[in-house]
Parts: sequence; C-alpha cells; structure tokens
Amino acid sequence: MNWTLILVLLRVFTPLSFVTIGGGASIIADLERQSVSVHHWLTAGQFLDLFAISRAAPGPGSLLVALIGFRVDGIIGALTAALAVFVPTSLILYVLAHVWRYYRDATWQHAIERGLAPVAAGLILAGVYSILRIAEGGVMAWIVAIAAFIALRWLRANPFALLALGGVIFAIVGIYWWPA
Amino acid sequence: MYREFVEIRSWFSESEFLSSLAICQAMPGVNVVNLAVWFGFRLRGTRGAIIGFCAMVFPALAVIIPISIAYGYWGGYPFVHHALAGIAAAALALTLNMASRVATAAVRHDLISLAVLVVVFAGIGLLRWSMFELVIIVAPLSIGWAFYRQRTA
Repeated sequence: MNWTLILVLLRVFTPLSFVTIGGGASIIADLERQSVSVHHWLTAGQFLDLFAISRAAPGPGSLLVALIGFRVDGIIGALTAALAVFVPTSLILYVLAHVWRYYRDATWQHAIERGLAPVAAGLILAGVYSILRIAEGGVMAWIVAIAAFIALRWLRANPFALLALGGVIFAIVGIYWWPA
Repeated sequence: MYREFVEIRSWFSESEFLSSLAICQAMPGVNVVNLAVWFGFRLRGTRGAIIGFCAMVFPALAVIIPISIAYGYWGGYPFVHHALAGIAAAALALTLNMASRVATAAVRHDLISLAVLVVVFAGIGLLRWSMFELVIIVAPLSIGWAFYRQRTA
C-alpha cells in the first residue's frame, strides 16, 4: 500500500467533498484541473473518457472520483477517493439530522437553499466549460452536444439513448476521420 | 425512494419526505448519499445512517471498479476512445441541461445571485482558481444575502 499516494488523494479530494453543492456535477471543473493540470494523473483524453464512463455507468455521476482514484492507485485509490468525497458531507448531514430532531428552522433551510443555488449553477457551468475545453471531435462534438441538448430540453428524449447515440456516431465517424 | 418510503412502506409522510428532500438537496453532498444517511438516521439512528451510507456507496463502487479494470485493458484502443468522446459530447448536454435548470431557478429576480453565479463561473472556469477556497468565501456570503433578503422581504 502506497501511503504517500493515499495521502495525496485525501488531500485533493476531501476539500472537494464540501464543494459538492447541488450534487457531484459541481466538482467536475476542479477534478479536471487537479488530475490533468496539477498532478498529471491523467491526460486530457483520459479524463474525457472517464467523464463519459461516469455519466453512462449506473450509480451517481460523482463516481468519477472513484474512476480517477483507480487510475492513481488501483482499488485502494478508488476506495480512498470515493470515501474522501462521500464521508465528510455525510458526517455534516448526520450531525444536522441530530440537531433537526430538537431544533427545526425552515428560515435557515430556505436561506441555505437559495444562497447555494447560484453557487451550484456557477460550478456546474464551469464543469461544462472545462469539459468543452478538452472535448475532441471538433465540429462533430458541438453538433452532437447541441442536438442532444435540444432533444433533452424540448423533446424529453431518454438520456441514456442520447449517450449511446453519441457514442455510436463518434465510433463510426472516428474510423474515417481520425485514423489511429 | 418516494414510492418505496412513502407509498409502499409508509415510513414517512409525504410532507416529511419532501422537506427532507429539500434539506438533502440544499446541503453539500451527493443527493442520493445524503438522502440515504438522512432517512437511515430518521429510521434507526446512528446505525441506520451508517447502513444507509454503505448501502448507497459500496454497491456503486462494486460496479465502477470492474469498469475501471476494463478501461485499463481496452482504453488504449482508438475505437473505444472515439466512442467515449461521443458519449462525452452527449453527456455534456446532460450536464448543461442540469446547469441551465439550476441557473434559471437561482437568478430569478435577483442581480446579486446572478453576480455570484458569474463570479463562481469566471473564477473557476476561466481563471481556474482553486474551487474550495473560492466557494468557502462566496457560499457563506451568498447564504447570508439570501437570509437578509428573507428577513427584509
């Protein structure tokens, strides 16, 4: 077991736990910055792959941290990264659940909800932007992303069907456009 | 969860479920994990919270680890990478859709909220500042502002 790597993983991912505002999608931008630019655990292409896997696989998309952790230090790395992200906020919620039994205050709950909403929106948009920066496929990527957004927003398409379609289109076009 | 907890098992009333959901979404953390800890605690105290956490996290990990191993084997093939790049492009739309819903709800009738959104996006997306430090400063200010507005409204 490589303790130095485990400590680095904890140091990188534990602070991000507190920033998972509105869900795991809010930390994508910093995950990309840390694992590609700062620590060089992954290339931009690999990060893009793992992002795709985390959105297509069952379970919360926040398991992207486990995928990154696995690349750093195998199963131990995946466990460390996942627990670093899930445990701290769970502890906060556990304490809150305790307090809530004796002291309920809807005013604060509303204030937290309304105050954190624009922060969450900014974070998730930054995540979209950071994926866009490293996206591959040029115009194709834009066409697929915009078409999928329209299908999702106005046609209520099934998200998993869209992911599969995007994958198939790129795989077919890729054979001709980007020979290995 | 709603069907299971409220309709089938009657463990919680509808209003109890909805207020719990609101808290779990407002607090930092991944929503499904938050809900599992919260409802676990409400049902069986500390033990329930721990079981709820484990039941949510470990099965998901048990799925993602074999996928990681498979990616280790086949991730190098261009075909796999192309397919994943396509999935990523479509997944970008999913994330953007989520962001646009949160954003429109967040900035309605409030310029300060819009400013918070822009600062967070610009700081992290464009200037690539460290997320934790920025949020630790901006989030309490934004919550404080929301609290002040409620008081004066």
